[in-house]
Amino acid sequence: MSGNPVERLGRGTTDLVVDLGGLARFAGRVVVAGSGRPWRLRRLLDEVFGIGVLSISIIGLSGLVVGLVLGLQGYNTLVRFGAENSLGAVVGLTLIRELGPVLTALLVAGRAGSAIAAEIGSMVVTEQLDGLRMMSVDPEDFVVAPKAMAMVISMPLLSALFITLGLFGGMVVAVGIVGGDAGIYLTSLESSVEFREDVLGSLVKALVFGVLVALIATWRGYTAEPNAAGVSAATTSTVVASSVSVLIFDFFITALWRV
Amino acid sequence: MNVSPLRDLLVGCFVLAGLLSLAYLSVTLGGLSYRGPGGLQIHATFDEVGGLKPRAPVVIGGVKVGQIKSIQLDGDLRPRAVLDVDPAVGIPVDSSASILTSGVLGDQYIGIELGAEEDVLKGGDEIQYTQSAVILERLIGKVVQNLGADSE
Repeated sequence: MSGNPVERLGRGTTDLVVDLGGLARFAGRVVVAGSGRPWRLRRLLDEVFGIGVLSISIIGLSGLVVGLVLGLQGYNTLVRFGAENSLGAVVGLTLIRELGPVLTALLVAGRAGSAIAAEIGSMVVTEQLDGLRMMSVDPEDFVVAPKAMAMVISMPLLSALFITLGLFGGMVVAVGIVGGDAGIYLTSLESSVEFREDVLGSLVKALVFGVLVALIATWRGYTAEPNAAGVSAATTSTVVASSVSVLIFDFFITALWRV
Repeated sequence: MNVSPLRDLLVGCFVLAGLLSLAYLSVTLGGLSYRGPGGLQIHATFDEVGGLKPRAPVVIGGVKVGQIKSIQLDGDLRPRAVLDVDPAVGIPVDSSASILTSGVLGDQYIGIELGAEEDVLKGGDEIQYTQSAVILERLIGKVVQNLGADSE
């Protein structure tokens, strides 16, 4: 980095715009490549296994523990106002509107996003993508599209599992630890959750986060420097960039559409 | 990658479990169950709806038969609620609707007292007899006023 500060600011801005433009063109190519024939269902299924099925344990355990904590914290706060019957509403709305999609996206970015970037990055290093191109197989169609698609499919499903297990965790606290009633918990839950505002909003968030993590992870791997340090940098920046952009997008989705 | 039936089975289970969770969140919690074209829509106009909100239950004798679809002011600036009820339940035309509260601080709902007529309400009909929500502050205000009048 040389030159005066203004020059460096200009170069940084140009680099950012070039990077974002490259990402957008890459996204367009992947969508075009992935939506045409052949469908590559076998590849997609394998990727859903790697991204979705193998994430179930971490997502399920985290969801359960988050639900337990929310139940305890919510109870401790609500009991001061004599409103402990609203525990179900507090746990449910917090999980469905905010924590479910966001925590799922952060966990999946750390567990599966980093793996995607490392795998594609090491394929760049060992020139496997060039090998595919030599056999006139488009790597964006064969390698990137199934991974990105599997991420977009898995994210809402994992988020729904996270939320459901979290609601169960909250009920365990409400019934088992603070000695409440399961019926009161479920009634408060069911009467406060709206389909359009809460559940649909949660689904939209999870889909947006899935697209974000999928794009960032595959793009970082695809553009990794072809050496060992490049793969490690791609993996790190995948986790950092997708976590930060998930949180920023979460704020804007919440602010703009009140979901 | 080698093809294994067990892996496919696990992927299938994952997708099923995710979809089941989504269905639970949408239908049971989100209250999608009473939405749809099959619902019979009837209207009821009140003087005061208090804390009544859309999706509040409509009950007959404690059993939920539908929910509130929307509440809007009509031409005379009176709140008018659209009730979405199960068409299989025949509600007599001379039935009355009251806004009730479950418990002291609970949510408000509409309770329907059945009438005696043979004819039942059809889609778009209006419930003639309605009873508005009880506003606790006004009730207390009246009691205080009456106490003041007595002591003079």
